[in-house]
Amino acid sequence: MSKRKFSVRHVPGAAPIAIVTFVALYAPVLILIANAFNAGPVIGRWEGFSGRWFVAAIGNDAFRNAALNSLIVAALAALISTSLATMAALAITRGRRLRGEGGIFVVLNQPLLVPEIVLAIALMIVLAQIKQATGYHGLGYLIVAHSTFCIPFAFMPIRARLEGMDLTLETAAMDLYAGRFYTFRRVTLPLLAPGILAGFMLAFVVSLDNVVVSSFVKSPGQETLPTYLMGELRRNLSSEIYAISALLLFASVTVVAASWLITRRKP
Amino acid sequence: MKRNACFLGTAAVAALMAQGALAEGQLNIYNFGLYTPPELLERFSEAYDVEVSLTEFAANEEAIARIQAGGHGLDVVLVSGYFIPAYLDQGLLMESRPNEMENFGNIAPEWASITGDPERAYTVPWVWGTTGVMVNTGLYDGDINTAAIFLDPPEALRGTINLVPSMNDVIDMTLRYIGAEPCTSDREALSAARDLLTSAREHWASIDYASFEKFVNEDLNASVFWSGAAGRIREANPDFAYGWPETGYIQWMDNMAILADATNVENARLFLNFIMDPENAALISNYTRYGNGISGSDAYMDAGLLDSPELQVPEALQGAAIDQQLCAPEVQELYTRIWTELTR
Amino acid sequence: MLSEASNGEALLRRAETRRRWSLAMPALIVIALFSILPLAVMVVYSFLTPGTYGNVVWQFSLDGWFSVVFERDLFDDTLGLADAHLSILGRSALLALATTGLTMLFGLPTAWFIATRPVATRAYWMFLITVPFWTNLLVRTIAIQEVIRADGTINRLLLGLGVIDAPIQMMFTNGAVLLGMTYVYLPLMVLPVYAAIEKFDFRLAEAAYDLHASRFYCLRRVIFPLIRPGIVAGSILVFIPALGAYVTPRLMGGGRAMMWGNLIDLQFGQGRNWPLGAALSVSLTLLVMIALVLSVRRFAGGGRSDV
Repeated sequence: MSKRKFSVRHVPGAAPIAIVTFVALYAPVLILIANAFNAGPVIGRWEGFSGRWFVAAIGNDAFRNAALNSLIVAALAALISTSLATMAALAITRGRRLRGEGGIFVVLNQPLLVPEIVLAIALMIVLAQIKQATGYHGLGYLIVAHSTFCIPFAFMPIRARLEGMDLTLETAAMDLYAGRFYTFRRVTLPLLAPGILAGFMLAFVVSLDNVVVSSFVKSPGQETLPTYLMGELRRNLSSEIYAISALLLFASVTVVAASWLITRRKP
Repeated sequence: MKRNACFLGTAAVAALMAQGALAEGQLNIYNFGLYTPPELLERFSEAYDVEVSLTEFAANEEAIARIQAGGHGLDVVLVSGYFIPAYLDQGLLMESRPNEMENFGNIAPEWASITGDPERAYTVPWVWGTTGVMVNTGLYDGDINTAAIFLDPPEALRGTINLVPSMNDVIDMTLRYIGAEPCTSDREALSAARDLLTSAREHWASIDYASFEKFVNEDLNASVFWSGAAGRIREANPDFAYGWPETGYIQWMDNMAILADATNVENARLFLNFIMDPENAALISNYTRYGNGISGSDAYMDAGLLDSPELQVPEALQGAAIDQQLCAPEVQELYTRIWTELTR
Repeated sequence: MLSEASNGEALLRRAETRRRWSLAMPALIVIALFSILPLAVMVVYSFLTPGTYGNVVWQFSLDGWFSVVFERDLFDDTLGLADAHLSILGRSALLALATTGLTMLFGLPTAWFIATRPVATRAYWMFLITVPFWTNLLVRTIAIQEVIRADGTINRLLLGLGVIDAPIQMMFTNGAVLLGMTYVYLPLMVLPVYAAIEKFDFRLAEAAYDLHASRFYCLRRVIFPLIRPGIVAGSILVFIPALGAYVTPRLMGGGRAMMWGNLIDLQFGQGRNWPLGAALSVSLTLLVMIALVLSVRRFAGGGRSDV
């Protein structure tokens, strides 16, 4: 009897279900993008192909303001959270096990354990007191709030990178009487860079996408793209909203694709 | 890397400074959604060189809760007439004396004094209208001047009915439908209203500030709704008609007021005076499709608005109007509980 | 001599420890101030008295917690269970569980499919899964809403084909919320399961097969136990956000198919009962944490996992 041609990797049904899943995952998004290119204002009444709603969205002051706010908040929140997460990751992974390390780990991931709506309302209550006491109503609150919940996201790839890194290079540098800071700058940091970059981009995208915390924390007149979109949704579902959604999709996909390309390059 | 950080840092400081203070030249308005014509804000902004920002809310209860939390940074707020006492009770409104403002004389005599603010020492009119029912007559051609539209829905509408989450309006209309008075403390009546509402609930699709296009596209075919909003939908889909339940519908006036802890008080005053100008009041009416309380604004209104069907309450039904009101706190609490049961 | 050296070493070690703690400190402080402290405020608020129009009065009360579970009857003041709240909480739990189940149903075969592709193409398939994961949840909810709304893609298609003559009402139902959540959370299931399958040594399965284990037996007894940690991780990642979901049920449920998160929002807004809202918030958070600890303890113990 000849050996059966068989692969354990093959499970009947897996491939069809997977294909269905991929189609189901992408079809709605593609339909949304297609509708954004409708020349007519009413969704579903196709009046020809046109990019006019994208032009309209970009020409719209409220949209531009929201986009600018989103970019400022996401860039700064990503910068802050990545810096803090890098320091924390260095503290945890370098050298022997730290007493209380488990505790640090739990605290760093704590924002992930709190349901978003709970964090949003709790922050609203606390920040309202600060707003009242200081009279400051700027973007700072959004930046701080976003930095907080971005820390665990930035932390993950950085820690992963650090754990995979070889300590001997650093030890060697130190043995050659390189100062601690010099070693960090010339040896650790370059090796760690892809992790930091991945962390930064994750944090950036997470901040860019946030709607719940933003809508409870923002001060009057401060829309971010997602809160603006949420507000517009109540108004009317229009081709312009779909165009804005498509732009937001495009922004996230760009960042994800970039970070994917960067992290795929092995050191 | 370092230079980037430097640049970002500078950008950060600049951004924070720019947004830091709610300085002069700003006005922060807090209004219902879909209630503020963009053109009005542009005009105001140009006339006084003020940067205007608009924040929207869904219900008076939500607005007052947010304002009470403090640190809101808002200057003027829309307050429904029946809710003025609540704001005053908490000391949230500034006595800005609109009655001494230049344009005060423009207020139509019947709106110069309202129950919540008899002297107009705090508020100026925004718009007034009614809460009734709106029905897609293409699907249902029976009588629509009845609360049965949502309390005992006709077969054709079942499953596509919406209720706007105006808690008091809905419960008041229900109480009248079963022959009781709004804000009654009679628990038997309240309990009957609750039972009726909970049994009708299975026929509703949503309790939501549904976006207009859900009706225009006939995702939803009936709703407890506001007259002006119904007018805006009828213009996009002529099948929709607005009705006044014969057992009782709600009549209300919404007003604009300055908050006690407003930062841009001068601009806020300018804004109150600005919206008492007939031409500007007409802008509001044209956008919201409601009447305003300013005489002389008719001249600037869109053709057809004044005799739009939503504004013509049939004579026979005029007596059925219920003035929107806030109930005694203990009744109000029972209202809230009925409401929670409905929205569960 | 010897003790001096070890003394010096101890000093060095202490300095090192201090340095590392101070490195971790900024992140810890930020999280303490802007995530843990607000949560602590929530806990305090849940024991206060509601203000008439929102906010709290600083007076101790257990009513907030009491009314999570009980209520006095409108009619005769008898004490009963708070059906309204309990049914919302029950629905949240059921929908979150169902979402986890559905994402598993579609996610496991998908992860398996990706993990069994040739190494060269695997990364591309993974990229296809990661993209939706990192794109805006609100936008994805709008996308799935477009498909099922009365004037949406499916209904237009069916009407056009003459299969139906009136649009099917799919929005604003539990089913719509379930579909929406499954759609937006699916990648969260695929990612960890894929990671587990990828690590799996297929020679083990081949060995089992050579020993005449049936395909099913092999799946159940060899493969499944080894990828279980991934499935557990995926379930946690889906269940937790689904339980506290806010945006998706709000858009897909239309204010009727409310979930726990929306009930909390309601109490801080129109409901004007902040202590109740706070108690609901704290209980949701506790539940999430307990679910997490339990599942990590109970199920992930078998294999090494990085949950």
